[in-house]
Amino acid sequence: MLLEIKNLHAKVGANEILKGIDLKVGLGEVHAIMGPNGSGKSTLAQVLAGRDVYTVTEGEVIYDGKNLLEMAPEDRAREGVFMAFQYPVEIPGVSNTYFLRAARNAIRKHHGQEEMDAMDFLTFIREKMKLLEMDESLMTRPVNEGFSGGEKKRNEIFQMAVLEPKLAILDETDSGLDIDALKIVARGVNAMRSKDRSMIVVTHYQRLLNYIVPDFVHVLSDGRIVKSGRKELALELEQKGYGWLEGAVNATASP
Amino acid sequence: MTTAIKENLDVYLQSFRELERRGKAPEWLARIRTEAIESFLDLGFPTPRDEEWKYTNVASIARTLFEPAPAVTAERAAERVATQALAELECPRLVFVNGRPAPELSSLEGLEAGIKVMSLEKAVAGGTEPVERYLARTAGHATHPFVALNTAFLQDGAWVEITKRTALSKPIYLLYVTLPGSKPTVTYPRNLVLIGRESQATLIEGYLGPGDSAYLTNAVTEIVVEENSVLEYVKLQNESPAAFHVATVKMQQTRNASAHATTVTLGARLAREETASVLDGEGGEATLNGLYVLTGEQHVDHHTTLDHAKAHCSSRELYKGILEGRSTGVFNGKIIVRPDAQKTDSKQSNKNLLLSEDATINTKPQLEIYADDVKCTHGATVGQIDAEALFYLRSRGISQREARNLLTVAFANDVLDKIKYARLRERLKASVLERLATQP
Ligand SMILES: Nc1ncnc2c1ncn2[C@@H]1O[C@H](COP(=O)(O)OP(=O)(O)OP(=O)(O)O)[C@@H](O)[C@H]1O
Ligand SMILES: [Mg+2]
Repeated sequence: MLLEIKNLHAKVGANEILKGIDLKVGLGEVHAIMGPNGSGKSTLAQVLAGRDVYTVTEGEVIYDGKNLLEMAPEDRAREGVFMAFQYPVEIPGVSNTYFLRAARNAIRKHHGQEEMDAMDFLTFIREKMKLLEMDESLMTRPVNEGFSGGEKKRNEIFQMAVLEPKLAILDETDSGLDIDALKIVARGVNAMRSKDRSMIVVTHYQRLLNYIVPDFVHVLSDGRIVKSGRKELALELEQKGYGWLEGAVNATASP
Repeated sequence: MTTAIKENLDVYLQSFRELERRGKAPEWLARIRTEAIESFLDLGFPTPRDEEWKYTNVASIARTLFEPAPAVTAERAAERVATQALAELECPRLVFVNGRPAPELSSLEGLEAGIKVMSLEKAVAGGTEPVERYLARTAGHATHPFVALNTAFLQDGAWVEITKRTALSKPIYLLYVTLPGSKPTVTYPRNLVLIGRESQATLIEGYLGPGDSAYLTNAVTEIVVEENSVLEYVKLQNESPAAFHVATVKMQQTRNASAHATTVTLGARLAREETASVLDGEGGEATLNGLYVLTGEQHVDHHTTLDHAKAHCSSRELYKGILEGRSTGVFNGKIIVRPDAQKTDSKQSNKNLLLSEDATINTKPQLEIYADDVKCTHGATVGQIDAEALFYLRSRGISQREARNLLTVAFANDVLDKIKYARLRERLKASVLERLATQP
C-alpha cells in the first residue's frame, strides 16, 4: 500500500471540511475522486500536499510507511508526493526553468543524487516538453505568469513529468481544457503511468476518465467518501448525477 | 532647538572659518561657500517638526561632533576596493578615500578621448569654465541644511564632462570609500556632471565603508543632461551598518533629454537619499527607480522629486523595499506639474515587502499639479511574502528558506532588471542576492 488515509478530519477555522476520510491507494493504481462542488476534494488534495491553512483534527495518513502529516511540504515532495494545483499560482520574477531545476535538484539531493547543471537539465526537459507540446517560450517566462488557463494546467502536468513523483494528485487538471488540450494532458498523464507510480485524479467529468482510465472511482460528498467502485461508477454518476448518492448518504447515516 | 545642537552650529562655523583662512578657493567659490554656511546657520539641522523630515530624526547626526576624515594612504583601502560589489566591472573609475582622490586606485583606461573625469578640486583650481557655470546651480543650498553644509565644506569629488555627440562605451564609476578614524568623521563628496548634447553615458556612484565605524557621508551630486542626451545613472549605497549617509542627487534635463536613475540602498544605520529631476525642456523623460534592502535597526528615507517644468515630458518611478528586523523605511514621492507642463505623463509606484512584524514603512505620494491636461498615477503597496506562492514552491521540493529567497529576489529583480547596462545589472543582482542570502 503506497497511501493509507484513515478517518481523516480537517478544518479551516471552525469549519470542518473533511469529516472522516478513509482511502487506500496501492502502488501503480489510479484512483479517481469525483463529487459535487465544495465537497472537499481540493481540501483533501491540499492536506496531502501539506498546506497549513487546513488543520487536521483527527485521523492519520501513512505514505510509503511514513507518517505523512508530520512532514513539511518540501519533504513530502522530496519523498515523491506531487499535487497538480486546481488553481496554479503565478510567481512573477521566477523563471519556469529555474524553478523546475531548483525543484528537481532539491529532490535529487534528498536522494543523494548529483545535482543537474543547466545544460543537462535542458536536455532532460526537452523530451518532456515535446510530450506536452509545451512552447519553448513558456520555459523562460515567469512561472505561470500570464499563462492561459490551459497552459497553466499543462504546465502542472509538465512539472509532474519532470519531477517524476511516486504519488501524483491531480486536482481538476481537466477543467477548462478544450478537447485537444485535454488529449495532450491525458497523453502526458498516461505516459507517466507505471507500476511504481500511483495517481489520484480529481475530476468532475467522466470525459477525462475516457482518456485516463481509473482502476477505482470514489465519490466524495460533504467531507466523506460516500461510494466507491470500479470505473463504471463514473458512467453511472454521469447518468444519474450526485443527487442519487446524497440519498445514499442519508440512507447510511440513519440507522 | 536644543542648546547642545546650537553649540554644535558654532563648531561648524568655527571649522568653516578655519577652512576660509586656509583660503585656496577662487573668489566665486568662496562666495558660494559663505552663502551656504549662512543658509546652514539659519536653517539649523532639521527636526521631525519639519514636514520634509517628519519620519527621519537626524538628532543623532546633529549631536555628534564629526571631525574631517583624516587623510590616509590609499593602500589601506586597496583590499576593500578590490573586493567591492562592482570590482569586476571593467570601466574607467575614480576612487576617493576619506573624501580625497586616490589615483593609485583609480584608472581612466578605456575612456573615450576628450572626456573629462577628474578631481573637482583640480578642475576648480584649473579655472575650468563650465565648473563655475554649473557648480551649485542645480542643487540649491538655500533651503536644504545638508546641501548647505556640503556646499560650505565642499572640497573635492568628481568633475565629469562628456562632450557633445559622444556615446560612451563603458560606465564611469565614482567610488567613495570611508576608512574610520578613532572618532566619528565626516566627508562631503561633491560631484558635478555635465552630459553634453546628443551624448550617451552611464554613471555609477558607489559608497562603502568598513565594519561598524560611525561616520557621516554628506554627498551632493549635480547632473546636467543637455539636449537629446541619454543618461543612465546608478547609485549603490553600501555604507557601514553604523554610518550616516545623507545624499542629494539632482538632475537637470533639457529638451528631449532622457535620464534613467536607479538607487540601490543596502547600507548605513541612517540614510536619507534625495533624488530629483527637473524636466526643464519639452520631450524629456525621467525614470527614478530604487531598491532598498534593510535589516536590523536600519532607517532609510527616500525622498524623490519629479519636477515637470515643461510640456510633453514623461516620468516613471518604481521604488521597491524589502524590510527585515526592526528596520524602518520612508518613501516620499513628490511630483510637481507646473502650469506650463501640459501633457505630462507620470506614473509612480512604491511597493514594499515586510519580512518581519517589527519592520515598518511610511509611504506617501505628494502630488502638486498646476496644469490641467496631465496624466498622473500613483500607487503604493505594503505586503508580506505571498503564502500561496511560498506553498507552491515548497510543494515542489524547494525548502522554505530557498523559496522565501526566490520570492524576495524576484521582488527585487523587478527593479534591477530595468537597468540597461547588462554587466552592471548582473553585478548588482548578484550583490543583492548575496545580501539577501546573508540576512538572518
Ligand atoms: N482556505 C479556505 N478557507 C475557507 N474555506 C475553505 C477554504 N478551502 C476550502 N474551503 C471551503 O471548504 C469547502 C470545500 O472546498 P474544496 O475546495 O475542498 O471543495 P472541492 O470539492 O474541491 O470543490 P470544487 O469542485 O468546486 O473544486 C468549501 O465550502 C470551501 O468554501
Ligand atoms: Mg476543488
